[in-house]
Amino acid sequence: MSGFILQRLMQAAVVMLIISALVFTGVYAIGNPIDVLISPDATQQIREQTIRAYGLDQPLWKQYADFLGRLARGDFGRSFIFNMPVLELILSRLPATLELTLVAVIGATAIGVPLGMYAGYRPDSAVAKLIMAISVLGFSVPTFWIGLVLIYAFAVTLGWLPAGGRGPTVVLFGIEWSVLTLEGWKHLFLPALNLSLFKFALMVRLARAGTREVMLTDTVKFARAVGESEGVILRRHVLRLIAIPIVTVFGLEFGSTLAFAVVTETIFSWPGVGKLIIDSISVLDRPVMVAYLMLVAFLFIIINFLVDIAYAALDPRLRVGRT
Amino acid sequence: MDAVTPLGRFWQEFRESHVALAALAVVAAIVLLALAAPLIAPQNPYDLTQLVLMDARRPPGHVNARGFTYWLGSDAQGRDVLSAILYGLRISMQVGLIAGAIAFSLGATLGAFAAYWGGRVEMVIMRFVDLQLSFPAILLALVLAAVLGQGKWQLIAALVAAQYAYFARTTHGAASSERAKDYVAAALSTPLPARTVVLRHILPNCLPPLIVVATVQVANSIALEATLSFLGLGLPVTEPSLGMLIANGFQYLLSGRYWISIYPGVALIVLIVAINLVGDQVRDQLNPRLKR
Repeated sequence: MSGFILQRLMQAAVVMLIISALVFTGVYAIGNPIDVLISPDATQQIREQTIRAYGLDQPLWKQYADFLGRLARGDFGRSFIFNMPVLELILSRLPATLELTLVAVIGATAIGVPLGMYAGYRPDSAVAKLIMAISVLGFSVPTFWIGLVLIYAFAVTLGWLPAGGRGPTVVLFGIEWSVLTLEGWKHLFLPALNLSLFKFALMVRLARAGTREVMLTDTVKFARAVGESEGVILRRHVLRLIAIPIVTVFGLEFGSTLAFAVVTETIFSWPGVGKLIIDSISVLDRPVMVAYLMLVAFLFIIINFLVDIAYAALDPRLRVGRT
Repeated sequence: MDAVTPLGRFWQEFRESHVALAALAVVAAIVLLALAAPLIAPQNPYDLTQLVLMDARRPPGHVNARGFTYWLGSDAQGRDVLSAILYGLRISMQVGLIAGAIAFSLGATLGAFAAYWGGRVEMVIMRFVDLQLSFPAILLALVLAAVLGQGKWQLIAALVAAQYAYFARTTHGAASSERAKDYVAAALSTPLPARTVVLRHILPNCLPPLIVVATVQVANSIALEATLSFLGLGLPVTEPSLGMLIANGFQYLLSGRYWISIYPGVALIVLIVAINLVGDQVRDQLNPRLKR
């Protein structure tokens, strides 16, 4: 097992290195960073000074090595716009995004899995068809448009909920939370609902497909033969058998939900990392873009790493096969 | 019975699902509407001489002084929303189809050759594809669209980069199992070049799962393009897709003028949902585990 973990860790390190190279070339080498850094009417002397100060006169490989060295020290540079260390900037926005994502993913799973199981258990019932129709919508309809409809319905027409922003937060353990107050929930509800719909559809489909397949297996036949009630079969056997893919997807989707939060946060003006990155892209705040990409890549690698480890722990065949 | 060919049998089975059949009809109708947009649109929304600024932001059904009816209302420039939608559909479908087709050919070729060559090449290609698949497509497209800048071809490149991996993964899976079959060994024993064996023999047999992925991915790339355009990272203003129409109406939505955003969105959704429903049916029919 430790050999397997070590091998995966090394792979993760290599992947991180490749991604850093791609991000570096993508963000720094394409286009001319000098044009962004220096105003067009600067004198030749200032130009050269700035170029030297940022190391832009060095050969590309040297720039990349310096860039890696700075990353290793946790120095992502300063934001051009906010004029503060990028890492600090991103970390200050992260709790808002994490809170939104957590509420959305947990909500989607808690509601989506039971409904999906029901749809798989009685695939021909009217309720199952309704559930599947909603899931097709959740899958197909672009997140941003649902966001608009939610704002129009609940904020503009009905006036029940605010159209955007995070509202007041309560500080607990040094982090700002919305979930602790009613006002916070009012602000959180629409963005979380918006963000969760896609995950909800996914969970419904996974649970339905899994349940449909498991219901046909001998496990269920035997459980019925010993006289267990249908409810017990669903909860005790089916749920357990479909749990592995659901847990995997839960982990993987948590990461992609963070990415999707970009859209939701933009629509609802939610002050998270996603809104920060969109704002940074539109003003070409390169250090923020680089730091965001590296952090997201890092996050995804950690998630994939954990999923691999969990798989190896659950399925001994993988350990033998890969070490 | 004339259903003797596999395709005929497929069609017959497809026809049994009324939902899928209706969805297919909707897709066909939208394609026709998009193709015929310049002929049937009540107004050329991008001919400035036809726009009346006085008629900006009129609600649906408004009839202006010249007797022109804005069935779905007008936007901030006095543009007929219905006409803008028809033209927008054209652009959205064009981008979605071109991106889908390029991603299909690129991904399928890469996946099939990886399966054919095997060994290190396969490992490197598929590792890279897996790596890419572990990142959400939207993030990749977002970054690429930001780095490459605005423009139709830049956007298509971003969409292709975000989507080819799905095709590569699917083809690789199918091609690996085809690779082990006798007919491939037979084809390889002839002096045919490897390229011919891969493209003419292996690839056609990988088509069923690829078709399913293709329908889903065309729908996805239309949605992705709309999302990027909505975020301001997509098409330039001169080529307003549905996503941009929705974005343009966003600020007016907050003051209750819903039609500028909502109707283009409805068109977008009808299109995407219809494509997905067709895709669902095709997948169910091609899934051997659900065969009766």
